[in-house]
Amino acid sequence: MLTTFQMQALLTAAVWTAGLSLIAFVLGGAVGLLIAVMRVSANRVLRGIAFTYIQIVQGTPLLVMMMLAFFGLSILGFDLTPFAAASFAMVIYSSAYFGEIWRGGILAVPKTQWEAAECLALHPVQRFWLVIIPQGLRISTPPTVGFMVQIVKNTSLASVIGVAELTYTSKLINNSTFQPFIIFSVVAVLYFCMCYPLAWWSRKLEDKLNVAHR
Amino acid sequence: MTYTFDFSFLAEYWPQLLKGLVQTAQLSLLSIIFGFLLGTLLAIGRTAQSKLLRRICAIYVEAIRNTPLLVQMFMIYFGLASVGFKLSAEFCAVLAIVINVSSYTCEIMRAGIESVRKGQREASDCLGLTWLQSLFLVVLPPATERVYPALVSQFILIMLATSLVSQISAEELTSTAARIDSMTFRSFEIYTVVALIYIGLAFVFRLGFWALSRLVFPRLRRLGTPL
Amino acid sequence: MSPIVKLNNVSKSFGSLHVLQGVSFDVAAGSVVAIIGRSGSGKSTALRCINGLEKINSGEITVCNHHLHHDVTRAQLRALHLDVGIVFQSYNLFPHLTVGQNIMLAPRWVRKQSKSEAHEHAAEVLRKVGLAEKFDAYPEQLSGGQQQRVAIARSLAMEPKLMLFDEVTSALDPELTGEVLKVMESLARDGMTMVLVTHEMAFAKGVADKIVFMHQGRVWEEGGGEMLSAPQTPELRQFVGNGL
Ligand SMILES: Nc1ncnc2c1ncn2[C@@H]1O[C@H](COP(=O)(O)OP(=O)(O)O)[C@@H](O)[C@H]1O
Ligand SMILES: [Mg+2]
Repeated sequence: MLTTFQMQALLTAAVWTAGLSLIAFVLGGAVGLLIAVMRVSANRVLRGIAFTYIQIVQGTPLLVMMMLAFFGLSILGFDLTPFAAASFAMVIYSSAYFGEIWRGGILAVPKTQWEAAECLALHPVQRFWLVIIPQGLRISTPPTVGFMVQIVKNTSLASVIGVAELTYTSKLINNSTFQPFIIFSVVAVLYFCMCYPLAWWSRKLEDKLNVAHR
Repeated sequence: MTYTFDFSFLAEYWPQLLKGLVQTAQLSLLSIIFGFLLGTLLAIGRTAQSKLLRRICAIYVEAIRNTPLLVQMFMIYFGLASVGFKLSAEFCAVLAIVINVSSYTCEIMRAGIESVRKGQREASDCLGLTWLQSLFLVVLPPATERVYPALVSQFILIMLATSLVSQISAEELTSTAARIDSMTFRSFEIYTVVALIYIGLAFVFRLGFWALSRLVFPRLRRLGTPL
Repeated sequence: MSPIVKLNNVSKSFGSLHVLQGVSFDVAAGSVVAIIGRSGSGKSTALRCINGLEKINSGEITVCNHHLHHDVTRAQLRALHLDVGIVFQSYNLFPHLTVGQNIMLAPRWVRKQSKSEAHEHAAEVLRKVGLAEKFDAYPEQLSGGQQQRVAIARSLAMEPKLMLFDEVTSALDPELTGEVLKVMESLARDGMTMVLVTHEMAFAKGVADKIVFMHQGRVWEEGGGEMLSAPQTPELRQFVGNGL
């Protein structure tokens, strides 16, 4: 079985996993919102840029993005830790998916809401950010929370550039103990404990939204 | 910025990249086909009469969907080896990915099956079709047609996720990139090239699945509208 | 001649809701029986029990020499379905198949007919319902009335000994109702045994050999077409008063 020391190492690693997930969610969410707004903007150039960005990011494996971030940032002269490179890759990755999810939400806001907003004597920009965006985001909460599960799981790819998160640490421990079933099961359970509540929450939100729409 | 990009290694290594590309495509298609079949079976179990069967399928799906593919792959590759099964990395890779795809396919196909109204099943029963005939002739075709776009998105994600098998040293595009990197030290360049290849492959897959949809859904081919 | 359908003291409940409470009636071979009654009186349930879509709690049903009771097997039901056709209010055509494929599906897979045989037969039943030119159309390309006629043709292709109709015109506009009723009328003329649940009183009176009035899960009154002009019970009187 695992020693206390190994268990502690895993729990520390779990904190890194959670931290990386949080960064991906917060910063990726911020960039993603920008992408979503660009995707629905009236400006064709902005729409095109956002579309291309999403196509490129969603066509590239996250593992390759990790590598590109790791080697690319150092070429640019940033002397970054693997964690920073992984964060960068995760933010790019999640922003594209958030952009796509939230674009769907914004477009799903009923037309009557756009019309109602026009009567509020608000500036068009205010109208968009104060009336439409919040509703669009609300509609997209279930898939947003669902995508957080993907984020948590995909932080495991940071292990390939040496970030000492859960997967990397479990591999290290396995190399010394060679009890793969035990160690990887423990790690799987740790991931499950982080992901399942999110998956469950997402499903509840969806049920609630479905009921509200009937 | 003083870095000079150097893509000259491509002249020597492109045949290896091509081979990696073919391996990735094969690995993806194999995993998608078997993952789809297994996932559809699970979806049938998930919508079956037996509560026990529904439960078992649900637990399988939740366990797979809430843990990382990379960990699943390690568990299969290192785990099976530790108990004496000497299986090739490629086999373990396909096994892990098939298991992974099946759980996602299951949830998507379940939604499709549930979208087929009860009356359809009753009508086919009353025409004298057996349970299996109803399932394959009446329920699954429209179910699949309805969720096809979601399936395709999932299949593209899986194609990209095959890059993970490089971590158990199975041969494909990303592991080829790592090998070229270790010989040329043009890390950024090689991964840029590989990223472009994946983007191209994703595009080709989308196109291929679009063509397939016109082939296997005659109604869609004729009317062009979603079911 | 012995009746083709015989319900004997049939009871059926959903949980604590007693939907059928001792229903009995007969259907003679070659006759048309119309079941009428208020919504919720158990008409559909009675019809669904006749071809085994609902399992009965007690009593006995005999349909074309098949005996249905509370624990009927899948195989028995399948054998029953080869003799009995049913048409639903909501058509239930298979949306991914063309009209022709909808009709040929069961003959090919269940009766094991050859492709050309099934094709020929399908074209024939389609002609019978007046839709010969729609063989290659998809259901969504048809009007509601046309879809319902295809559903009738689909049942006919299996050459059933008995046809059940559950409010097949209720979802249709008045102008489309006529074309479906005409098809049913011609079936009756050809001697098909039919049990139909309907709200079309004039049609019931004109076509049915027997009318069964259901009320609160019981057969309240039954008789020939003249029963509608001279109701014996206040319930039927009120029902007819509202209906006509
Ligand atoms: N599957 C079912 N589960 C529960 N209750 C049902 C079911 N089917 C019908 N009922 C109930 O049985 C009663 C009779 O229904 P039905 O036979 O459809 O009446 P009708 O066709 O005369 O309008 C209704 O109160 C209905 O709500
Ligand atoms: Mg009814």
